[in-house]
Amino acid sequence: MPIKSYLAHPLEGKKTELIKAISDISQCEVIPAENEDVVIIVTETNTKDEEEKLKEQLEAIGSLKLLALVSGFNTPIK
Amino acid sequence: MDNSLTNRRSFIKKMAMLSAMAAAATMFPGIMFASEQEEGLPKGKDLDWKKTPCRFCGVGCGVLVGIENGKAVAVKGDPKSPVNKGLCCVKGYHSVISIYGKDRLTHPWVKKNGKYVKTTMKEALDLIASKMQTTIKEHGKDSVSIYGSGQWTIPDGYVASKLFKGCIGTNNVEANARLCMASAVTGFMTSFGIDEPMGCYDDIDHANAFILWGNNMAEMHPVLFSRILDQRQKRGVKIIDFATRTTRTSMASDKSIIFKPQTDLAVANAICYEIINNGWVNKSFVEKHCNFKKGLTDMGYGLEDNYKFKDKPEGINFEEFKTFLEDYSPEKVEKLSGVSAKDIKYMAAYYGDPNVKVMSLWCMGPNQHTRGTWMNNLIYNIHLLTGKISTPGNSPFSLTGQPSACGTVREVGTLTHKLPHGVVMNKKHREHAAHIWDVPVENIPSKPTYHTVEMFRALDRGDIRFMWIQVTNPMVTMPKLKRYRDATKKEGRFIVVSDIYPTPTTDIADVILPSAMWIEREGMYGNSERRTQQFDQLIDPPGEAMSDTWQLVEVAKRLGFEKQFYYKEENHIEEIYNEYRRHHEGKKHNMAPYEVLKSQPGAQWPYVDGKSTKWRFNAEYDPACSNGKDFHFYGKPDGKAIIWQRPYEPAPEEPDNEYPFWLCTGRVIEHWHTGSMTRRIPVLHKAVPHAYVELNPEQAKQMQINTGDKVKLTSRRGSVVLPASVSERGVPVKNSVFVPFFDENLLINDITLDAFCPISKQPDYKKCAVKVEKV
Repeated sequence: MPIKSYLAHPLEGKKTELIKAISDISQCEVIPAENEDVVIIVTETNTKDEEEKLKEQLEAIGSLKLLALVSGFNTPIK
Repeated sequence: MDNSLTNRRSFIKKMAMLSAMAAAATMFPGIMFASEQEEGLPKGKDLDWKKTPCRFCGVGCGVLVGIENGKAVAVKGDPKSPVNKGLCCVKGYHSVISIYGKDRLTHPWVKKNGKYVKTTMKEALDLIASKMQTTIKEHGKDSVSIYGSGQWTIPDGYVASKLFKGCIGTNNVEANARLCMASAVTGFMTSFGIDEPMGCYDDIDHANAFILWGNNMAEMHPVLFSRILDQRQKRGVKIIDFATRTTRTSMASDKSIIFKPQTDLAVANAICYEIINNGWVNKSFVEKHCNFKKGLTDMGYGLEDNYKFKDKPEGINFEEFKTFLEDYSPEKVEKLSGVSAKDIKYMAAYYGDPNVKVMSLWCMGPNQHTRGTWMNNLIYNIHLLTGKISTPGNSPFSLTGQPSACGTVREVGTLTHKLPHGVVMNKKHREHAAHIWDVPVENIPSKPTYHTVEMFRALDRGDIRFMWIQVTNPMVTMPKLKRYRDATKKEGRFIVVSDIYPTPTTDIADVILPSAMWIEREGMYGNSERRTQQFDQLIDPPGEAMSDTWQLVEVAKRLGFEKQFYYKEENHIEEIYNEYRRHHEGKKHNMAPYEVLKSQPGAQWPYVDGKSTKWRFNAEYDPACSNGKDFHFYGKPDGKAIIWQRPYEPAPEEPDNEYPFWLCTGRVIEHWHTGSMTRRIPVLHKAVPHAYVELNPEQAKQMQINTGDKVKLTSRRGSVVLPASVSERGVPVKNSVFVPFFDENLLINDITLDAFCPISKQPDYKKCAVKVEKV
């Protein structure tokens, strides 16, 4: 079960839009910076395939400028 | 899924989040996340977030305090504050915890037959008023005094000044800011004729180079330092740390330059020498806007009781100034200062390059200096010679250490020679104050009495018999402390102390008054960039605790000054502020209306036509400029700033065979001043639980001293034993040691020297001679 964290950079003036779009995805937790145009995303998925699809889904968000992976962990299902 | 797995996954998610936060912090220094700020709060908290300036330090960060069920439970940086833009330092985040220490003073205590007896506020205030009356009757008006601080709110300091100067008729009003920024004031007054920085924190966003003069900003002004680091990330600005020891600031800077204590005077002159000899003088600026002067030299150091000094300024010309600087070539100064000629030229080149905007920042290094006024003058000389002043990014910026050192002590004028507008020596200024205070002008004496060190000496001698100390802890902070501690114990002295916790100063009190702290009352602070910030009362004070303002009002009424202290309890802060504003009316110092202060995170004076003034003396930004030129230094009668001829002179006490080390004292990021509040915040107390002595690693090895070993420091005033710190936070150069002063159990000021700058009367806590022994 992969857990990953990313720094997501919004397009200019689109931070709120980006936060909303990510918040709508159930496998994502979003932590916006209070004072900079960047948000942290922590993702939790069941399989590698699911993780790949989620990444594609994130990269397709219109308000996203850049998605940078910071850390990745794999945990056993049980 | 079993619990352990859930916990493990939760832990890994947290790790992932923290990794991302750490990465973000590298890319965006000072970045903050809401979840980080609110971490640890129970779920479902329904917080009411209220604005206030931070209680600690002179930066004046805007914070939002989360209130729930009448209790302050959380703090976060206010993103709307132009000061900190949502950032907050470790003290700021934990500030509300300091309100709820178990040993808060909640009721007054009166010493009877050597024992403290709990009493009511009414009885305590009656006793204070009665004691003041009898002391004045028996020993005269100048036998009573008040000693406050840069943590006084504006109304606290205002009513103190009005009561003592206007009503009682004594100039025995002083504040601990004398110990931290008096040299900054006299620096401004002598160079510009008017106090406080011409620039503002926005300069950080415009400057290309930052030269820090003896200023450990990473620990003392961490939020501003974060803003500078942020600019380095974004624009590649340069940071030069010019200091006497290696600190966290040195480590984060582009270049660290170490100088021998006291020789900053020579290095500053050498920079001026370089500017002139390389043809970097902005001739047009200097001709239009500057005069040259010299003053008396060899002034002494104020070590004797009743020491007096008055400077005699004398005009000189540019050629004379240039000739004076011939003694300060980089090669000559290298021998004295230990700073290589190459490094002096390196610093001078930043100032000299017309395409580089330079911000000079300083605080206690140049101020706590027996030639502190001169050091301030010398930094201004550099900026004036190059015309790098009063424009965005070109800014000599004197920082302050306390939340209202500027707002209260400097602007309200709670120093012996000051009035809210002007000085007691000036008849017109006395008339102006007397008119607003509704007192006969004859009430205000025309001569200053005692500056802080001399005030405590007067207490020792018996010239002062009554002292009221509010919101400060002089029994930890006075230099050569033992003399002044013994003074308070002498027969016939009566000491009142208003504070929120027991301290070494309440220990010497005859009456202890419990004060309302910060957001337990309404008030305002004024920060280093001329920003006045208002805060409402957000929570109730404990027990009978009362604001320092209202304590003074109650005593004033008991002394018969009901007419002058007409304020109504429900809105007295607004009434006092509105009265205070009248002292500063006019384009040079107009204060923002109260409703403006309530509605936003502060406003900068001069506040003219609904706008704060960001850069004073520059006609483009400052409506008070009226000479028709691009700059107008209107503090001086002819509108010109002064470039001062100020030489290098040695410190009063330098290392010798018997006492071979320099002792420098200062602060750490975790603790506010004497630690009376921050040592009651468990996380900060645990981080730095006690004072220590930093030693040079090579010398520590030679002396077989390791971190934690006990070391005895001895000066001509006494001894103190402290644990050693080797290669930890700061690294002193050989033959010097550093000790933080926050620890009331390890009183380093028992061994410091009470020498001061003869012009500012500010003591030098950065230099005296000690010997070092392993215990």
